[in-house]
Amino acid sequence: MPEMITLKVNGEIVEVAKGSMVSSAVAVAGAKMFRRSVSGEPRYPLCGMGICFECRVTIDGQPHCRSCQIPCRQWMVVVTDD
Amino acid sequence: MSSSSYDIVIVGAGIVGAACAAELARAGLGVAVVEAGSIGGGATAAGMGHIVVMDDSEAQFALTKYSQDLWRELARELPHDSEYEECGTLWVAADDEEMAEVHRKKEFYGSRGVRVEALDEKALRGAEPNLREGLAGALLVPADSVTYPPCSARYLLEQAQSFGAQLFIGKPVVELTGNGAKLSDGNFISAGISVNAAGSWSPELTPGLNVQKRKGHLVITDRYPGYVRHQLVELGYLKSAHSISSDSVAFNVQPRATGQLLIGSSRQYGVEDKGVDHHILRRMIDRACEYMPRLSKLSAVRVWTGFRAATPDKLPLIGPHPEIKNLFLATGHEGLGITTSLGTAKLLSDQILKRAPVIPVEPYLPGRDHQEAAHA
Ligand SMILES: Cc1cc2nc3c(=O)[nH]c(=O)nc-3n(C[C@H](O)[C@H](O)[C@H](O)COP(=O)(O)OP(=O)(O)OC[C@H]3O[C@@H](n4cnc5c(N)ncnc54)[C@H](O)[C@@H]3O)c2cc1C
Ligand code: FES
Repeated sequence: MPEMITLKVNGEIVEVAKGSMVSSAVAVAGAKMFRRSVSGEPRYPLCGMGICFECRVTIDGQPHCRSCQIPCRQWMVVVTDD
Repeated sequence: MSSSSYDIVIVGAGIVGAACAAELARAGLGVAVVEAGSIGGGATAAGMGHIVVMDDSEAQFALTKYSQDLWRELARELPHDSEYEECGTLWVAADDEEMAEVHRKKEFYGSRGVRVEALDEKALRGAEPNLREGLAGALLVPADSVTYPPCSARYLLEQAQSFGAQLFIGKPVVELTGNGAKLSDGNFISAGISVNAAGSWSPELTPGLNVQKRKGHLVITDRYPGYVRHQLVELGYLKSAHSISSDSVAFNVQPRATGQLLIGSSRQYGVEDKGVDHHILRRMIDRACEYMPRLSKLSAVRVWTGFRAATPDKLPLIGPHPEIKNLFLATGHEGLGITTSLGTAKLLSDQILKRAPVIPVEPYLPGRDHQEAAHA
């Protein structure tokens, strides 16, 4: 078993393998979307490499964090748009 | 070659040319506006759009206060995309010396009918929780506002057009005389009066003007609604922006209607290159972070530069050219041209139409002695 990390996504407790990116945790949590565009459309990760900015979420109160580039930490608090 | 004739030809469709066109067309004159690039595409697109009453000199106060009153009136009809918002200015004092300046400013503004309020350290933190701890306080000027300048310029030109003004966009003027403007395509727009409103390019059309380019950088962030609530300007700004010769940076942050933050500002003389100068950009951002440490965690989406049209005494040139008959100037607005565009349009039109101005025009006449004023 890989070492596991526990964090919160939209208030739900999620467990992922150490080394997972926040985008994976959001997917595991089954969030409806990552963010809403300025015109209100739902958005999800596209490039997975930090270029497109589509995967932005709020992490520990900090908005606009690119979830595909940030590894999960124990008890991180992640919030997506809904 | 064709030729058409107007009462007035205005070169430049920045906020100043646009405001002058609206005012003169409304007064019933036949107006043509000629613009080399796009509407509001010069300094007007590069600026911050802070509409601010200033107190460097009595003349600067008079023009900025008069203009601000005109903006408040115009705001009633401005379209949504002008993003006019009366967010107020907080002049932030870092230490006791700057707090003394808060009180001096309070007295200056208060005694001239501008509503102001001094905030102590605690009140400042309540007003702007993202500022660092340990600042001394601030002066709040609640009636100061912000706008998105290119859209306001477009609106003013639409007003001018509704009173019959003609626009010539994408038409560089190669020669401007008291009789009209010669375009690069060979056409000549003849007019009874020509107005040079070409901002920092105005000396290219009218050689000998005492107007210099002063470069500035701005950064815009992603959307962080509520992060900043007022236009924030450090009072140390006065010390740094005063220096006419050396490069300077200052903490100057503006909340946009989108939730984005505009972060400024820098001032550089003797630079013609439009490119981003990473050294001064670094200094500018470091300065901003001294006041707002968590700014460093926000993401910036774009950086750009623009050129202010600076005069030695920091007052614009509004009125007839001292030597060339029928050539008028409306230029040299440095870092205040969004604010002072509306007052400029009134004072220029008053002179052309021989109306009585609301404030004295003498301090802004192009024929004044700049050098003397600069040392006063
Ligand atoms: C970084 C920065 C921040 C600023 N912040 C503020 C602020 O917060 N508040 C404020 O009040 N002011 C601010 N300013 C100042 C303000 O932006 C300017 O004073 C104002 O935009 C000047 O307007 P203008 O119409 O005179 O010039 P411009 O907007 O530069 O317009 C001149 C126009 O003339 C045209 N032109 C030039 N040559 C020719 C030619 N030969 N033929 C035809 N057309 C020509 C240009 O294309 C241009 O569109 C700032 C400026 C900068 C650079
Ligand atoms: S998915 Fe493109 S930046 Fe994260």
